[in-house]
Amino acid sequence: MRIIVCLKPVPDPKHWSRLALDPKTGTLIRGGIPSIVNPLDRKALEAALQLREKEGGEVITLSMAPPSAMPVLREGLAMGADLSIFLTDLAFAGSDALATSYIMGTAIRKLARYDLILCGDQTLDGSTSLVSAQIAEFLGIPNLMHVSAIEVQKSGVFHVRSRIEHGSMLVEMKAPLVLSVAKEINEPRYITLMNILEGEKKEIRVWSSKDLSLSEPWVGLKGSPSQMADLFIREAKRKGEILQGDPSEMTKTLADRLHRMGYC
Amino acid sequence: MDFKLSEREELLRKSMREFAEKEIPPRMEAMEETGEFPVELLKKMGDVGILGVITPQEYGGTGMGNLARIIILEEMGRVCPAIPMALQVHHMATYALTKFGNEEQKKKYLPPLAKGETMGVMAVTDPSGGSDVAGIKTSAKLEGDVYILNGRKCFITNSHFSDFWVVVARTGEGGRGLSAFIVEKNFPGAKPGRKENKVGLRGANTGELVFQNCPVPKANLLGHEGEGMNIAIQDIVEAGRPGMASVALGILNAVLEQAVKFANERSLYGKPINTLQAIQWHIADIYADLEISRLLVYRVGWMRDNNIRCDTESALAKQFACEAAARSARKAIEIHGSYGVMKEYPVQRLLRDALVTIPAGGTGEIAKLVMARHALNMFK
Repeated sequence: MRIIVCLKPVPDPKHWSRLALDPKTGTLIRGGIPSIVNPLDRKALEAALQLREKEGGEVITLSMAPPSAMPVLREGLAMGADLSIFLTDLAFAGSDALATSYIMGTAIRKLARYDLILCGDQTLDGSTSLVSAQIAEFLGIPNLMHVSAIEVQKSGVFHVRSRIEHGSMLVEMKAPLVLSVAKEINEPRYITLMNILEGEKKEIRVWSSKDLSLSEPWVGLKGSPSQMADLFIREAKRKGEILQGDPSEMTKTLADRLHRMGYC
Repeated sequence: MDFKLSEREELLRKSMREFAEKEIPPRMEAMEETGEFPVELLKKMGDVGILGVITPQEYGGTGMGNLARIIILEEMGRVCPAIPMALQVHHMATYALTKFGNEEQKKKYLPPLAKGETMGVMAVTDPSGGSDVAGIKTSAKLEGDVYILNGRKCFITNSHFSDFWVVVARTGEGGRGLSAFIVEKNFPGAKPGRKENKVGLRGANTGELVFQNCPVPKANLLGHEGEGMNIAIQDIVEAGRPGMASVALGILNAVLEQAVKFANERSLYGKPINTLQAIQWHIADIYADLEISRLLVYRVGWMRDNNIRCDTESALAKQFACEAAARSARKAIEIHGSYGVMKEYPVQRLLRDALVTIPAGGTGEIAKLVMARHALNMFK
């Protein structure tokens, strides 16, 4: 079984106070801020490693980021991935979810053989939760989100549990497919000292726009139909009102008011 | 000169921080209360590779080296300094066995230490004093094929949680009359004695070892007869002092974090106290102590990894970092005002922990003696 895990380097939340937006493009200025593996992507990788331990096969991480993200890819290899594919090119800068999905989908196509593509439900930075579905659409394969458990039923058939409102659903799905995992799926393993040494021996394969033969109008800022128009902090104001009258009347008014507001 | 940590070391720090922040805090209250090391953590630490960081790969470790060890101890110490106290002594036993043990001894004793099946102990100090190594009275008399051990060791870290101890005892006269032995707990006449009740580093177990006519097979002599002083000193200089300095470094990290958090949150005169220059001076002093200590301690790790002798640098790092930890913890308490001496706030514990690092692994005065001897020879 070949599992591809999309691993996104995101700015370390401990340094978020230093984050800024480029006033022209509306994109994040990441320079100088250390990156970490997006926490839900780590869980996706952990799920992939657990499946490989049970079923055999290989786990490949796929990341699109600036060259400074190299240590994050090394972390994925130290965790246990067999190979890392690193998509990096100045032409990719400013890509929105659609352009990113196009680039990553093209890279997955180049890998040709795959059974399962795993992503995190969302990322700490952009948090659009679009890429997994768009990759699936681009590849023309099924996609399921909010995944809390994955089991191999028989070769090429998975039983996938997905969180829905007030419960979960169990879906039987055939490979190849894209799943994005929810936080309850697992607790990622610790990276051991031995893992760190082993990870250093594994390959990080770097692919640029040229390696993927991408269509230029589809990548980077140019290929991104969604662009940040404005960013603002929502002003939170409290509305105060003191009810008058006797206690039973006030209680009734309060209950009615809360009901109308949708609280009960 | 390259002050940047490698990708490997950065990843090591990251993963160790994650381990420490997840595994240690739930156990800290019990450690503080009982004075016991959480032995159930040993196996996990062994699995992650913490225990075998300086153990060669052929004996179950990673052999990642001395700087890696320092980073691990610093990260553990940032969360709970008692943990690296126990670990650093564990590593001292590993160091002595790796450097002076024969093949059979290494095969037998190093893997269980690296896996976390037991803890390492280096027992040098007699009740007559630790600084006076040449004055050790614990005796080992050769009778046929065994040495008969008699005496007592005190202030021994991990004393009650180990299956075997590296023990320095007297086999002859003077400084050259000392030898080192691997003594197993189940040898007749060998047993842990009383447990000490320390003010700080409470989660690291400290106690006595007692030997009454304990027969130790000749095969358990570490190195050669008469080499005990050399083994003890090298172990203290190359593993013990950098280890203690790393514990202090961990404390300094925690002290700065606590001091800054409190200074940012606490308001007086209608504004956060971090705007007051009196507070800023304290913060700057703590920051300087942390940064200077880190440079000194990391240098020793780097020197050891490059096989450079570091007697003076090791003494300097140990003496400076431990004193710095204590004075910075006191400053952090001052920043906290009365809150600083309340048990709910960790700064009081950090001061108690720092005080324990000062005499451990060689007193500050002995370290100064090493430095003075070196300095006085510089311009001859």
